[in-house]
Amino acid sequence: MADRPRNQNGVVWLVAWRELRDQLRDWRIVFPMVFLTLILPFLADFGAMLALDFTTKYGTPLIAERLVPFLLMVVGYFPITVSLVIALESFVGEKERGTIEPLLASPLKDWQLYLGKLLASTITPLFTSYLGIGVYLLGLIYQGIALPDANRMAQTLILTTVQAFLMVSGALLISTQATSVRASNLMASFIVIPMAILIQGESIMLFWGNDQILWLAVLGVTILAVLLVRVGVAHFQREALLGREIDVLNLRWIGRTFWRNFRAGAANPWSWYRDAVLHTVRKLRASFWALILMGAGSIAFGYGWVLDNSQDILRALPSGELSGLFAAGMPEVSVSFAFIWGHNLRAILVILLLGLFSFGVLGVLMYLLNMGVIGAVLALFSVQGASPVLVALYGILPHGVFELAGLILSSAAIMNIGIVLVTPRPQQTLGEVLLETIADWARVGVGLVLPLLTIAAAIETWVTPELLSKLILPG
Amino acid sequence: MIQTEDLSKKFGDTWAVDGVSLEVRPGQILALLGQNGAGKTTTVRMLTSILAPTRGWARIAGFDVSREPEGVRASVGVLTEQHGLYLRMSGVEYLDFYGQVYGLEAGERTKRANDWLEYFGLAEAARRPIGQYSKGMRQKLALARTLLHDPPVLLLDEPTSAMDPESAQLVRRAIASLRSNQRTIIICTHNLVEAEMLADRIAIIYRGRLLTSGTVREMKRDLLGPPEYELRMDREWQALGMPLPQGMTYLGQGTDGPRFRVLDPEQANPLFLRELMKRKAGIVSMQELPRTLEQVYLAAMERVKNG
Repeated sequence: MADRPRNQNGVVWLVAWRELRDQLRDWRIVFPMVFLTLILPFLADFGAMLALDFTTKYGTPLIAERLVPFLLMVVGYFPITVSLVIALESFVGEKERGTIEPLLASPLKDWQLYLGKLLASTITPLFTSYLGIGVYLLGLIYQGIALPDANRMAQTLILTTVQAFLMVSGALLISTQATSVRASNLMASFIVIPMAILIQGESIMLFWGNDQILWLAVLGVTILAVLLVRVGVAHFQREALLGREIDVLNLRWIGRTFWRNFRAGAANPWSWYRDAVLHTVRKLRASFWALILMGAGSIAFGYGWVLDNSQDILRALPSGELSGLFAAGMPEVSVSFAFIWGHNLRAILVILLLGLFSFGVLGVLMYLLNMGVIGAVLALFSVQGASPVLVALYGILPHGVFELAGLILSSAAIMNIGIVLVTPRPQQTLGEVLLETIADWARVGVGLVLPLLTIAAAIETWVTPELLSKLILPG
Repeated sequence: MIQTEDLSKKFGDTWAVDGVSLEVRPGQILALLGQNGAGKTTTVRMLTSILAPTRGWARIAGFDVSREPEGVRASVGVLTEQHGLYLRMSGVEYLDFYGQVYGLEAGERTKRANDWLEYFGLAEAARRPIGQYSKGMRQKLALARTLLHDPPVLLLDEPTSAMDPESAQLVRRAIASLRSNQRTIIICTHNLVEAEMLADRIAIIYRGRLLTSGTVREMKRDLLGPPEYELRMDREWQALGMPLPQGMTYLGQGTDGPRFRVLDPEQANPLFLRELMKRKAGIVSMQELPRTLEQVYLAAMERVKNG
């Protein structure tokens, strides 16, 4: 019998190198990637030249100046989507070709196999992406077009790299869950479409020239990519990979599993409330307190940011709008109970959806954004001479006690989805884990959040305006 | 050593393997027989820690398949139904890759790879892409991969299925020699002649359940009854008018002479022959009627189908 591998990390490279060698030996893989990668930068160079001529002619050189880094980003993104197929078929392709079983039966650890595949699937897209960028930049130099500045260049390169990493991580995760290469390729749209939307957003930022947000995008994409890898490793199951021959969408099973988790063995609504809901709340305790702390920080940040930028904000708003708003008094702004309730419910559902697609990250960010807005509103009152403490006490606290508690609970359940997804659960499939966490969210939602939102909406409709008008803003 | 107790696996509502208990000692070969879909592959996958048992346990070379999967995988050589070869690699590269996966030192893995390639007659083709290999060559290469890290336990799924008779003979010889070297071996096969030739013990699985297991001799006795013998001599059996020893029954006239069923041949046959010689009967031959493993297998299937 053999000794164990000497270098555990070396084994990752061993798996990756075998894959890379296999890819490079297949001209049907290499040729289209290189060919397509080289064609697009020429088109981009041509487009940049035309745009420069056009905008210079009409006296708007700024657009062309921003178009050059935009095309740099596109040229970097395009080859990644083309070579994403390598990651998409990484596991499921080996399964179809029958080469996966000896690997699974070998002493390779799950993470070695997964990271080896990740490495092999990342190197090619990145190489083609850099190749495209290189050709594009050479074209710019050749045509005498000014290159983007070093900061923009670094930003675009880093963004391209982390985006490649994110897309490959997602594709690899799909590859472990899909039953066939065909299904895997079709499911790639769940990566390509959100990424295309993200690129659009980044493009707007690029044209706007907002550096800070682009760096935040780098951070966000990096976090998501790391989480995706973590989820992939945590839920990598040799059994599921080999055992899932034909995977039908079993709605009955989904419904049954969700209901079983939602009901949590309760015999009647009272015991469900007493045991299941409270048990879930206890489970979410850590996330709940963490969110309270983060929320407080976010309120403080929003408050401070508005105070720091109050002059700019006041200048940006049409003259008299703010003072007019406050002078008119809150009671004049009449909104119905149904509107407030529906609005809050919508916010919570949006947080759920965002959280589901991002392992809780975007859901939590949305929650923090809401809390930041509270801080910002208080600061605006402060700028206008009202006491933020009184506004908080009479304008926010009466309904906020219920509304914010509901929001925090719901966000804690979303955060929990992310936490559970990145935690290994060898006995459960990814689908089972997801259904269990969504059931947790629904249990808290139905048992606590909805009642809390209802109470909050009633107070906000009929009590808060009265308090605000009589106690703080007597007009 | 392979030990399983109540080993079971459930997929959805179906028990693919249900309560299989086995023991294979070092130096033994067990042939696992059964229809397609009987649960042989699932059993092997549990024994390599790829599938987790739903119930029961198994130990491979002292490692528990559920708790010590890495120890299990390092101790097992598996020849899978699909050979799992990377067609763009050469034979040498392929064995070198798996040698590294199993942690063999560079010199050692080169030596072992060359030895096995030589043994299986693949040395000449060793540097050609595997995609250019014939079916039999691919199977031999997969077997070389299985044996490369010299595992104490071997799980071989149809080890000679795609081979010509000469290559099959070569592989059988290799397996027999591994048994002599105290390896513990399970062979899953539909080739019953090969199973009878190689295996010390047979286990038949039907719809996930272990129907029967034992040595070929035991199973023949259990499923086909006591052995039957045919006697050839220079005269008619009836002409002798001889009584039969206890436990021996006359069955009638066979192709070349009378046939008998003998409950305990070790005891009855010497007495019978002695009596024949005393009566000066010219004995040409007395031989056990061949009963193949195929008959045993079919009898087992017949029995289970008839409830």
